[in-house]
Amino acid sequence: MVEGARARVVAGGTDLFPQLGDRLPDGDLVDLGRIRDLNEMGQCPDGWLIGAGTTWSEILRAEMPSGFDGLKAAAREVGSVQIQNRATLVGNICNASPAADGIPPLLTLNAKVILVGPRGTRRMDLPDFLRGPRQTGMRQGEIVAGVLVPRGVCERSAAFRKLGARRYLVISIAMVAAVLRCDAAGRIANARVAVGAASPVARRLPALEAALEGADAAALADPGFVRPEHLAPLAPVSDVRGSAEYRCDAIAELCRRTVLDALSRSPR
Amino acid sequence: MDRRTESELVTFLLNGAEAAVDPVAGERLSQSLRERLGARDVKVGCNAGDCGACTVLIDGAPACACLVPTQQVRGATVETAAGLTATDPDGVRLAQAFLALGASQCGFCTPGMVVSAVALLRGTTAPGPEAVRDALGGVLCRCTGYSKIVEAVVAAGQGRETALPPGGRVGDPIARVDGGAKISGGEVFGDDVAPPEALVLKVIRSPYSRARFRFGDLDAYRARHGLALVLTAAEVPGANRMGMIPGYIDQPVFAEGEVWFRGEAVAAVVAEPERAAALDLAEFPVEWEVLPAALTPEAARAPGAPVLHVPGNVMCRGRVCRGDAEAGLAGAVHCVSGRFRTAFVEHAYLEPEAGYVVPAPEGDGVAIHACTQAPAMNREALASVLGLAPEAVVIRPTAVGGGFGSKLDLSTQPFLAIAALRLGRPVRMAYARSESMQSTTKRHPSDIALEIGADAEGRITGLRFDGVFNTGAYASWGPTVASRVPIHASGPYRMGGYLAETAGVYTNCPPAGAFRGFGVPQATIALELLLDELADALGQDPLAFRIANALRDGEPTVCGQVFESGVGIGACFEALRPGWAAAWAETEAFNALARAEGSALRRGAGVGAGWYGCGNTGLPNPATIRAGITRDGRVVLHQGAVDIGQGSNTVIAQIFAEALGVPVAAVERVGADTDVTPDAGKTSASRQTFITGNAAMRAGAALRAEILRRVNVEDARAEIVPGAGGLEVRRGGETHAVPLAGLEEDALGYVISAEESYDPPTSALDADGQGEPYAQYGYAAQMAVVEVDTRLGTVRPVTITAAHDVGRAINPVLAEGQIQGGVAQGLGMALMEEYLPGRTENLHDYLIPTIGDVPEIETILVEVPDPHGPHGAKGLGEHALIPTAPAILNAIRRATGAVLRQVPVTPDRLRAAILAAGEGA
Ligand SMILES: Cc1cc2nc3c(=O)[nH]c(=O)nc-3n(C[C@H](O)[C@H](O)[C@H](O)COP(=O)(O)OP(=O)(O)OC[C@H]3O[C@@H](n4cnc5c(N)ncnc54)[C@H](O)[C@@H]3O)c2cc1C
Ligand code: FES
Ligand code: FES
Repeated sequence: MVEGARARVVAGGTDLFPQLGDRLPDGDLVDLGRIRDLNEMGQCPDGWLIGAGTTWSEILRAEMPSGFDGLKAAAREVGSVQIQNRATLVGNICNASPAADGIPPLLTLNAKVILVGPRGTRRMDLPDFLRGPRQTGMRQGEIVAGVLVPRGVCERSAAFRKLGARRYLVISIAMVAAVLRCDAAGRIANARVAVGAASPVARRLPALEAALEGADAAALADPGFVRPEHLAPLAPVSDVRGSAEYRCDAIAELCRRTVLDALSRSPR
Repeated sequence: MDRRTESELVTFLLNGAEAAVDPVAGERLSQSLRERLGARDVKVGCNAGDCGACTVLIDGAPACACLVPTQQVRGATVETAAGLTATDPDGVRLAQAFLALGASQCGFCTPGMVVSAVALLRGTTAPGPEAVRDALGGVLCRCTGYSKIVEAVVAAGQGRETALPPGGRVGDPIARVDGGAKISGGEVFGDDVAPPEALVLKVIRSPYSRARFRFGDLDAYRARHGLALVLTAAEVPGANRMGMIPGYIDQPVFAEGEVWFRGEAVAAVVAEPERAAALDLAEFPVEWEVLPAALTPEAARAPGAPVLHVPGNVMCRGRVCRGDAEAGLAGAVHCVSGRFRTAFVEHAYLEPEAGYVVPAPEGDGVAIHACTQAPAMNREALASVLGLAPEAVVIRPTAVGGGFGSKLDLSTQPFLAIAALRLGRPVRMAYARSESMQSTTKRHPSDIALEIGADAEGRITGLRFDGVFNTGAYASWGPTVASRVPIHASGPYRMGGYLAETAGVYTNCPPAGAFRGFGVPQATIALELLLDELADALGQDPLAFRIANALRDGEPTVCGQVFESGVGIGACFEALRPGWAAAWAETEAFNALARAEGSALRRGAGVGAGWYGCGNTGLPNPATIRAGITRDGRVVLHQGAVDIGQGSNTVIAQIFAEALGVPVAAVERVGADTDVTPDAGKTSASRQTFITGNAAMRAGAALRAEILRRVNVEDARAEIVPGAGGLEVRRGGETHAVPLAGLEEDALGYVISAEESYDPPTSALDADGQGEPYAQYGYAAQMAVVEVDTRLGTVRPVTITAAHDVGRAINPVLAEGQIQGGVAQGLGMALMEEYLPGRTENLHDYLIPTIGDVPEIETILVEVPDPHGPHGAKGLGEHALIPTAPAILNAIRRATGAVLRQVPVTPDRLRAAILAAGEGA
C-alpha cells in the first residue's frame, strides 16, 4: 500500500511536522487526504466506522449515539480549533503517544483497528495495536483505514475528563474516559474506565470497573471511593507536567468525577 | 495511491486570486506562502502548531499553515490576514475594532487572531466572550493579556463599526499610530525583510550543558554540502566577546574549545536557501566530550565546581544597608521568615529573533536589519565583534514582535554580520523556536531567604533579605539584577533596620538577563507573601496592614532618597479598598456554600504590591530626540525609542505633538535608524515614556519656539498648522505663513530643526547603597480572586484588579494594555512557567497563558503626578507584572491554607502544599 521504506503517511500532519523540527522529511509524504474511501464515518453493519480521514472537528460535529460523548468531549479538548480542523483520530492512535486523548475513549468503547496492507485487510483490538509508546502493531506497508466501534456499546452513557495545566493547547497531565450501562434504579450495571498519560500506553482499570458494579451516585459522592489498589495497572512517571504521586492522587479523583459525569447522563 | 512526483504544481485560490507553487516534498504551507508567494502576513512563531501565529483559513476553516503540507491545499481556497482585512466584511470590521480598542500591541499574533476571529464571525452571530475564547484559544499572545482582543472580537461580532477614538492630545486614548499594518499582517518583523533568494545562516549549538569540543574536517564538510561558508570562533574578525555591561563583556559569539551551556553556539553554516533547508545539522563534524556541569548556584559554589570566569563563580554582589536590620529583627514582637525559590522564565515573545544583514556596497561595513530593543548598544557591541568603527555599522531596526528585555542582547546579528562581511553578500536567519528558547536570555531563577519583623502595632522594625540569583553561563544583565534587587526588596514600604544583599552566580545554564522587572518580581514574591503572613500574625487585615506601612511623600526610601511628592503607593492601595471588602465577603460566602455541598472548590482574595525605579540605576541615562520641518512644511519626528509593542511610537508622538502644538496625525515618524536618528537609549527599565518623553517634549517646545520666532509671534495659544505646501501660524483671527521656501536644507532635508536631550537626575550609590538611584518610581497594587480545586490542585483566577500609579496616562488605552499584558505574564510566572533546559524548550512543553487562562482584568489608572515626568507621567512597563504573582499566591493561601514557597505553583506542587496544610481531604 505504501511503497518505499522512506515514504511516510501524513494525515493531518499535526504530529508529523512537530516531530520533524525545522527540517524537511527525508522521504516522500503520502497524503491520506487524497484517498476518498478513508474519509467515511458512520453506521455500518458491525457498528460505527470512523475512517482514517476523519478529523476531530468532524467527530465533534457528527450526530453520534451517546456512547461517543466521551470521544466528543476529547475532541473538544485536543489542542485548538486549528489542530482539531486538520488532525485525525486515527493519526492520534497511530502516533501512539501515552498522552493521546483519543485512546482512553476508544478503549472504553472496545474499538477495533482496521488495517489495510499489501496482504489484505485485518482487524486488531486496540490494546493489541498499541504496543508501547510510539509503537503499534502496524506492519511494513500497512496503513490504518479506520477504527470500528462495535454495536453493543454505542448506546451507553459516556464521559471524558482531561487534566491539564492550562485551558487550551495543553497536553494532558492525565485523562480519564468512562462508559457505563446502568440499571433502572440508577446503579451501574457495567463500567469501563480507561486512563491515559499514566502508563506507557493508556489502560483500562479492571479493579475499579469491578468495584463500580452496583454503585450509584450516592456511593460515588465519597471522595475516597476510588482507592489506590483500583489504579493497579497504572505506572505514572514524574515529568514536567506532574509528579508520579500527584498523578495517582489526581487520577483517583478524576476517575470518580468522570464516572459521576457519565452516570448523570445515563437515562433512567 | 498518489505518490508525489518531482515537479507537480499545486494550484489554489489565495485571497481570491489563482496561485501556483512547486513545493519540495513535505514543504509546509507557511513556507510556500511566505517565501514563494510573498504572503509574509502569515507569521511563523513556532513552526509546530503551538502558537497559532500562522493561522490561515483553508476552505473556510482555521488551520496552522506550519503543519499543513502544501500539497494538501491543491484546489482549496486559502485566506490570510492581508486578504481578509482588505475585503472580507468581517475581517474589515475586526481590523477596525482591533485598532480602535487597542487589541494589538507588537502585532505578531494579530494576523492569527484576526483570521481565527473571521472564521468565528462567519459562523456565529454576536458571539459572547466564552465563544470568542474557544475560537481564539489556539493563538497565543504575549503582549496584551487578551482582554482587549476578546473585547474587539465581541464588538466586531455585534456588527457595528468601531470608530477610532478622536483626539491626539496628551491624555487621549488614540489608536496606536503604527497599528494598521500590525493588524493586516503588513508589519515588517525581523524575518520579513530579506528577499527569498538571500543566503541562509544556521547555527550549530551544543546539546550539552558543558563539554569540550573538536571540529572534524570543516572544509570537506563545506565542499560536500555545497555551503557558501562555515564559521567558527576563528572567523570572528574583532573581539570574540559580547555583553551589555562594561566589565562584564564575557560571552563569545562562538565558543572556543569548551561550551558552558546547552544551546551555546560553536559554529555556523551559510548556504543557498534550498541547501540550508535540506541540511541535517546533526551531521556537522564536531565531537563532544561531555564534562560535569554546575546547574545551580549551590553546585557552582561547591568545592570542585567548574570555574566559569572567576573562582567561586560569584559574578557580582549587590547591597543596600540602612539602619540596623539585626537589631530591628531582635526587637520585633512578630517575626516571619521563609526561603523562596523561583524558576527560569522564558520571555516567549511570539516573534523568534530574526534578521537580515547587508554588506555595505563599498568597503567594510554592514547594515543590520533585525528586531532589537537597543539599537545604539547593539551598534557599539557589533563594532567591537566585527573590528569596525561604530560608524561602519548601521542598525535599521525592524518591527519587534515582543521583547520584554531579551531583545536588548545580541542574537542573530553577530553571526549574520560576520558572514555578510566575509561573503560580501546579504545573509538572513530566523531562530527556530527551540533555538530561541535555548540560547537567549531568561529571567534569573532566585533563591531568597527573607526575614521581616514588626512591633506590636504592626510597624516594620527590621528586614533582612539574602538573594542568590542564577545568572547562567554569561553575565548579560546579571549585574543589573544584583544591584536593582536590594534597592527594591523593601517594596514601597516604610522600613526600620534594613539589609538586603544579593549575589549573581555563574552556572552552566542559559544566560539570565533582562526580563521585565530585572529580578524585582522574584524579590517581590518573597516580600509580599511574608507581609501577608505578618499581617496574620498581627491579626490585621492584609490590605490595611499594607496601607499603614506604605511609603509616603517626604519619607526616605531604603536608599535614603526622599521624594517630596509623587509617592503613589498609598493611592493605589486606596483604589483597591472597595473591591477588597466585596471580594472577601464574596469568597467567604462561596466557601461556606462549597463546604456545605461537599465541593472541592475554594475561593480566596489576595493582594500584592510593587514599585519600580524608572531608568538606569544611579547612572547617566540620556535620550535624544530630533525633529525637523521640511521645506514643504511637513513635520518629521526622529523617534529612536524602539516600540516593542508597548506603544512608544504613539506615546512619544503624542507628547511631541502636544509640545509643538500640532495634531498628532500631522507628525511623520522616522524610526531608530542609527544613521539618521539620535540615540533615545534602550527600551527597557520603563524609561521611554519618562526619559525619551521628556526629550520629545523639549524638542517639540524648541521647534515651536523657533517656528514662532520666524513669524514674530509670542503667544502660548498660537496654533501651528502644517498643511499642503507650507506651515501656518494662527493667532486669534490672524494667519501667518511661515516662510520656508528660502531656507537652506540641512543634511537630512530640514529647513528648521531641533534636537534635545533629557537625562534624569540621579546620583551614584555608596557602599551601603545610599544615594539617589532613580529620579522617579512608579507604583502598583493588585488584587486577585482565585478559585482552587483543592483535590486537583488547579487554580482558576477569577478576577484581577490592577491599580497603577502612572503619574499621568499619556494614552490610557495603551497604559491599560501594558498593565493587562504584564498581569498575564505575572499570572504565567505564578502558575505555569518554568524553563528547564532540555525539557521545556518549545511552546508545547513551556506553557504560557492562553486566552482561556487570563481572567477579566480591571485596570484602575491612578494619577499621582511625578515632578520629573513629562506631564507628570511615570514609567509603567515593568510595574505591570510585579504585583501579580504575589497577589495570586496570597489568594491561593487564603483559599486553601497552603503555604507556598516556590513558583510556578503547578497543580502537583499546590496539591502537595494543600495536603501538607492538612486541608486536602
Ligand atoms: C499544538 C498541538 C496540540 C496538540 N494537542 C493534543 C491534545 O490535546 N491531545 C492529543 O491527544 N494530541 C494532541 N496533539 C497531537 C496531534 O494533534 C494528535 O495526535 C492528532 O490526532 C494526530 O493526527 P494527525 O492526523 O495530525 O496525524 P499525523 O501527524 O498526520 O500522523 C501521525 C502519525 O501517524 C501516522 N499516520 C497517520 N495516519 C495514519 C494512517 N491512517 N495509517 C498509518 N499511519 C498513519 C503518520 O505517519 C504519523 O507517524 C497536538 C498537536 C499539536 C501540534
Ligand atoms: S507558527 Fe504555526 S502555530 Fe506557531
Ligand atoms: S500583540 Fe500579541 S504577541 Fe504581541
